[in-house]
Amino acid sequence: MVTASIAANIAARVEPSRVAAVVARNVGALRSGPAYWVVLVSGFFEPLLYLLSIGVGVGALVGDLTVDGQTMSYAQFVAPAMLAVSAMSGALAETTYNFFFKLKYMKTFEAVLATPVRPMEVAVGELLWSVVRGGLYTVIFLGIMVAFGLATPLGALAALPAAMLVGLSFGALGMAVSTLMRGWQDFDLLTTGQFALFLFSGTFSPVQNYPAGVEILIQLTPLYHAVELVRGLAIGVIGPGLLVNVAYLLAMVAASLWFASRRLERLLLE
Amino acid sequence: MADEPLIYARGLVKRFSRKGAEPFTAVDGIDLDVAAGEAFGFLGPNGAGKSSTMRMIGCVSRPTEGELRILGMDPIRDGARIRSRLGVCPQLDNLDPDLTVRENLTTYARYFGLSREVGRRRAAELLEFVQLADRAEGKVDPLSGGMKRRLTIARALVNEPDLVLLDEPTTGLDPQARHLVWERLYQLKQRGATLVLTTHYMDEAEQLCDRLVVMDGGRIVAEGSPRSLIGQYATAEVVELRFADEVDYSAKLEGIGRLDPLPDRLLLYADDGDGAVSEVHRRGLSPSSVLVRRSTLEDVFLHLTGRTLVD
Ligand SMILES: Nc1ncnc2c1ncn2[C@@H]1O[C@H](COP(=O)(O)OP(=O)(O)O)[C@@H](O)[C@H]1O
Ligand SMILES: [Mg+2]
Repeated sequence: MVTASIAANIAARVEPSRVAAVVARNVGALRSGPAYWVVLVSGFFEPLLYLLSIGVGVGALVGDLTVDGQTMSYAQFVAPAMLAVSAMSGALAETTYNFFFKLKYMKTFEAVLATPVRPMEVAVGELLWSVVRGGLYTVIFLGIMVAFGLATPLGALAALPAAMLVGLSFGALGMAVSTLMRGWQDFDLLTTGQFALFLFSGTFSPVQNYPAGVEILIQLTPLYHAVELVRGLAIGVIGPGLLVNVAYLLAMVAASLWFASRRLERLLLE
Repeated sequence: MADEPLIYARGLVKRFSRKGAEPFTAVDGIDLDVAAGEAFGFLGPNGAGKSSTMRMIGCVSRPTEGELRILGMDPIRDGARIRSRLGVCPQLDNLDPDLTVRENLTTYARYFGLSREVGRRRAAELLEFVQLADRAEGKVDPLSGGMKRRLTIARALVNEPDLVLLDEPTTGLDPQARHLVWERLYQLKQRGATLVLTTHYMDEAEQLCDRLVVMDGGRIVAEGSPRSLIGQYATAEVVELRFADEVDYSAKLEGIGRLDPLPDRLLLYADDGDGAVSEVHRRGLSPSSVLVRRSTLEDVFLHLTGRTLVD
């Protein structure tokens, strides 16, 4: 399969100690001051606020709903989607804004590539770091879900690796997109795209509610697969469809990583 | 392997493709041999192709044509292995502003696969070496230009490289800061390090380089030790003559020595400067100012290209 061969290709071009060094640089930068922490904390609250306002508030008007034969409160339906969104935006913020800044303005990668570290190792290291951030959001969010009775502890445990995969795949996609960015103005486009995904990916209503054409269109986009996977595991509706979601997200990781490292090579090693 | 040069290049070319235009040739077929222990320089004005060459040597830019071997290896196939033995100080500092001075070194050490322990020890030694130990825990941004340059040099040494590449190590520094950098580089040289540097300061080339090439327009126009280049392309001394009026005195100065008329003065090349000055006076000329000095690489460059190095 294409994904597998790309994955093998990626693995062959990566030396773990050098990837670890790329991650370590970001750990060091964490101590640089309060600015980073502000970004970190504010990024976390957005999906949580949506969960409370829409999931709980609108949920009181909507009442219960039934998905795949399972009846649940509206908040229980929305919560896993917000978990997926949280993992997505955590990782994405890292590989878009921060990655772009390091690439374009701080010349961080230029300095790194003068050492034995290769573009793919930079890409993988930066991606792993974004997964750490996405994962941090995920764990806290899951804790809140369990505390509010929106997920069982078992459901939360099952959803954890899924949400990590969501962070991984969106982190990779964001990095690939960042290598194409010309300047900050392009980030407006990114924000708009991210918001459209956020609204329409089966986050606030089952996609079956849309006309068939729109439904198919949504099923082609990444956040839909992320939400389906996380929700299925969180509420315990497990079917073969989840494998499709996993395959989609894995393919996204492999293709994005490959693309990002090629672009780094083009941009920094001409 | 033992006596293979650290840098070997034949017909090395770098062309940059440009949107809607012919590709631009930055390096136009150069040959190089740099042996271990040498201090080798590229002297040339802005745009000569020095940085483009340095980036190819540093294995971060692919040669368009020609043959290049670094440390006996092929930069395309063995790029990572070569880079692990290089120390690079790029033209523009790219220190990490999110890290402290010390962390800039320890973090860099890890890219080379060095353990934390070794990284910490080297960082401490190098901070002493470049006289930044008292700034170790501070951020990079408040450092002066000269301090940043020294830190970048320290960073280039963190892996104990076999070959150190320095692209314009002192450009933009004030004289005192320059001398501090020179001192450190001179010390490195004394320890037997192989240095390759670019500069458009002829005094820097004279001070630091055992051997150098003069580059202009992507080509090597002369090669040799600073002294031999001066011997070959200039005389031992140069007389600088200024005249109060705008009259062209070239014809009247004929035969004393080679003449280079510059916009504001005339250069008269002579092995015996004072003798030449007497001759000028004997011919009844009275320049408004006369300066006899030793000739420099600047004169070599002027002679070879008809232009000055720094304008
Ligand atoms: N990435 C690039 N793309 C296009 N042109 C370049 C690039 N890098 C350098 N050049 C051009 O190549 C020439 C040589 O540049 P450079 O090697 O930086 O010279 P130097 O270091 O001697 O000043 C310059 O005219 C410069 O504009
Ligand atoms: Mg240059």
